[in-house]
Amino acid sequence: MNLRRDVFQAIADPTRRAILLLVASHTMTAGAIAANFDTARPTVSKHLQILTECELLEQKQNGREIYYHINAQKMKEVDAFIEPFRKMWDDRFNKLEAIMKGYQSKK
Amino acid sequence: MEQKTKINAEEGKQELVITREFDLPIELLFRAHAEPDIIEQWMSNPYATAKVLKFEGKKHGSYQLESTDAEGKVVFRSNGVIHEFILNQKITRTFELENAPYGVQLEVYEFEQLTDQTSKLNMHVIYESGAKRDQVLALPFAQGINMAHNRIQEILNTLK
Repeated sequence: MNLRRDVFQAIADPTRRAILLLVASHTMTAGAIAANFDTARPTVSKHLQILTECELLEQKQNGREIYYHINAQKMKEVDAFIEPFRKMWDDRFNKLEAIMKGYQSKK
Repeated sequence: MEQKTKINAEEGKQELVITREFDLPIELLFRAHAEPDIIEQWMSNPYATAKVLKFEGKKHGSYQLESTDAEGKVVFRSNGVIHEFILNQKITRTFELENAPYGVQLEVYEFEQLTDQTSKLNMHVIYESGAKRDQVLALPFAQGINMAHNRIQEILNTLK
């Protein structure tokens, strides 16, 4: 295991977050991932290397191609990943509470 | 500050639990989940307006919701069936996002009275698989990134 990188450093970069989202839906080759970005291929390779080193992505060799898939277990160690989901519900419930207080005073 | 809404999504499981305490009597908390015009209000946000197309709050009932953007374009539709609908106690229903790969989820809402003026909602959500649950968890994270990208695009467009 390589401790040189940590997950927070990895997700601090918007391109790397975008890569994680792409790969989250299905396993992809480096070429297929790079095709989604305007960035030069070596730059994408560097991002993939960082994401792999911090174990957010896992590699699998299939013939000549290397496929990347997401390491969901590691992803969940990142609070930032689940926080927008929690925030979405918190916003909804705050609104629910405010609206219903209006109904309460109408009684 | 303590977070009012808590999410418990245990590793490797295909379920999650959302809990929230409300500064509301249980009757009002239940009404917010049982009356279409109230559901529309709290499910709407600055980016999307929620509309209840169908709502039968009873055993063997069903519902359909729609969400539209500022231009009136449908962003998503969802639907489900209601298995249990017990006043001020419990709603058991399914939820499915139409034309999306997340499958059907089973949702159990338990309404709990804490005091005369406070109550608690316990939402137990079960997905078809652990992978599907994790995809749904990732959605708002993804939307946040897309929104940031769209905002950048809007700014770039104004510079053209």
